[in-house]
Amino acid sequence: MALLEVEDLRVSFPTDDGVVQAVRGVSFQVDRGETLGLVGESGSGKSVATQTITGLTRGADVHGRAVFDGRDLLQATASELREVRGPGIGMIFQDPLTSLHPAYRVGWQIEEMIRAHQAVSRAQSRRRAVEMLGLVGIPHAAERVDDYPHQFSGGMRQRVMIAMAMALDPSLLIADEPTTALDVTVQAQVLQVMQRLQSDFGTAIIMITHDLGVVAEMADRVAVMYAGRLMERAPRRDAFYRPHHPYTEGLFDSLPTRGGQRLTPIVGTPPSLIHPPSGCPFHPRCRYAFDACATDVPALEPVDGNPAHVSACWLSHDSSLRERLRRAMKAASSS
Amino acid sequence: MLRFLVVRTLTGLFVLWVISVAVFVLFFVAPSNVAHTLAGRQATPETIALINHRLGLDRPLWRQYLDFLTNALHGDLGYDYYHQQPVTTIIGQAFPITFSLAIGAAIIWLVLGVYNGVVSATHPRSLRDRSLTVTSLVFYSMPSFVLGLGALYFLYYKLTLSGHTWFPAGGYAPLSEGIGPWTRHLILPWLTIALVSAATYTRLSRASMLDVLGEDYIRTAEAKGLGQRRVTYRHALRSALTPVVTQFGIDLGQLVGGVVITEQIFSLPGLGKTAVNAITQQDLPVIIGIVLVASTAVVLANILVDLCYAFLDPRVRLT
Ligand SMILES: Nc1ncnc2c1ncn2[C@@H]1O[C@H](COP(=O)(O)OP(=O)(O)OP(=O)(O)O)[C@@H](O)[C@H]1O
Ligand SMILES: [Mg+2]
Repeated sequence: MALLEVEDLRVSFPTDDGVVQAVRGVSFQVDRGETLGLVGESGSGKSVATQTITGLTRGADVHGRAVFDGRDLLQATASELREVRGPGIGMIFQDPLTSLHPAYRVGWQIEEMIRAHQAVSRAQSRRRAVEMLGLVGIPHAAERVDDYPHQFSGGMRQRVMIAMAMALDPSLLIADEPTTALDVTVQAQVLQVMQRLQSDFGTAIIMITHDLGVVAEMADRVAVMYAGRLMERAPRRDAFYRPHHPYTEGLFDSLPTRGGQRLTPIVGTPPSLIHPPSGCPFHPRCRYAFDACATDVPALEPVDGNPAHVSACWLSHDSSLRERLRRAMKAASSS
Repeated sequence: MLRFLVVRTLTGLFVLWVISVAVFVLFFVAPSNVAHTLAGRQATPETIALINHRLGLDRPLWRQYLDFLTNALHGDLGYDYYHQQPVTTIIGQAFPITFSLAIGAAIIWLVLGVYNGVVSATHPRSLRDRSLTVTSLVFYSMPSFVLGLGALYFLYYKLTLSGHTWFPAGGYAPLSEGIGPWTRHLILPWLTIALVSAATYTRLSRASMLDVLGEDYIRTAEAKGLGQRRVTYRHALRSALTPVVTQFGIDLGQLVGGVVITEQIFSLPGLGKTAVNAITQQDLPVIIGIVLVASTAVVLANILVDLCYAFLDPRVRLT
């Protein structure tokens, strides 16, 4: 059985302007020890979907199931959720500068988490905090444990966050754009730290990112979100070499390639989540769109009959036909 | 930290010195008729001159000030003009009353105001939030003398008439007579000062808490699996207190004014009431003594507030 199984997750926020449908029926699963890359444009609902799983979206209407370790977290009581947060699921957030409490020493912040879940002495939790800070590569961890967050650089703070999230050896780590706010060189270091801890601890990771480079480096499988829906789910190789959904194709086409091909960004803007488009949400921006796309919502169907690679699109699910169509479109647009 | 304390103490002393000079000058700008009051209506000019001489009022101003300063540095604030009582004794009797009043009121208003603010902020738009907001607005726009007189009328006069003597009409019972009488005498004065200010603090801490609750590090605290209480008080309130402490530093001066009015209303023989009497009688040594004590208290309290500030936010600690 999968470690986490999310089924038909729907999340909406009632606001003064109307109901924001941030997540509209998303299903995916994560197995023990694997890394799922969750990608999509800003506002596609990646953070909302994953934070809802651990009950962190306040004031939201939530439907669906999120079974973690045999327990549906969406039905869990507040205290059951608290038991899962930390020892079950660790979380890292996008902005390391604001994610640590400015008034407390970093070591204390890690120790606080350990002591909230384990009956250990102060000395033991402190030793664990120092050990974790060392594991994520903070030099002189035994001294820096008593420093305040503002005494660390952004990259170092993100390492502290990783140390904290991993301190209780969770079976799942949700990393929400952990490197977006960092310099490129620091990004690589932070990713390395995560990979090392993952192989040491056997943690499963949901890696949320805009950056397909990160996906290429870390993910075993990729899930692509658009306007609150899952558009495509595929093993990494298929996502890169045989993307089926035009949105996935667009994402990878906007990647700079080594061959010096020109970038083709996806035209248009993300749709409103209060009044989402009918049919396939991507159809207003899709160069392959035809009549059915505007009226009917496509379901996730296997590509070439492979249940590991599914795509929600009305185009043919035969990948050779799909590839021919892609070539034709490319030829037409470049002439 | 030490440097900070030394600098603050020195500036505090300087402020006190300036205040003492200012009071002295202000007093002598207005024509003095202490001697007339003392000597009675039929006094001869000779009697007046004699009294002025005995009180030292015939000496040049700078001389009087210098004498005052030298004595003050030795802990002697002089004698009052009318009963020749040492000013330190007068202040010594009045100070505990004012101190009890001010500290009690400040504690009530801080605890009540901040607690209500937290409750409002953690249950936004709830019935509790709305009723607390309305209540705050009512007290916020109420002058403290109206509140004090109202409390006296309803909670003393009406209650006593109906046979329930819960509160005394006024006056003071020292703590040595027991905590019960002391509290009973002070509870209405405390509330008079505290409720008006608590309203400000409810609004302030509600806004501040709502800000902080949206911070990323609060989400981190929740993601750590901490209990709701711990997240609210240890993590959110800790940060939300900073503007509250700032406001408290500003309000300390106003507290002095509130104390003067409240002591009048409830006939508490504290520093405020004593000062008002001394001013109507132009009793200079008493006025200066009380002004100096009050200023010292405000200066000290401000240093304490700054220390709190540094404690709350480690980023300001090194300056
Ligand atoms: N509390 C809320 N109230 C109303 N709308 C919200 C709330 N939280 C999120 N949303 C909306 O839900 C949508 C999805 O947001 P989400 O943060 O999940 O996007 P994302 O995919 O993580 O984007 P990014 O890459 O920028 O982080 C956005 O349009 C956002 O405005
Ligand atoms: Mg996000």
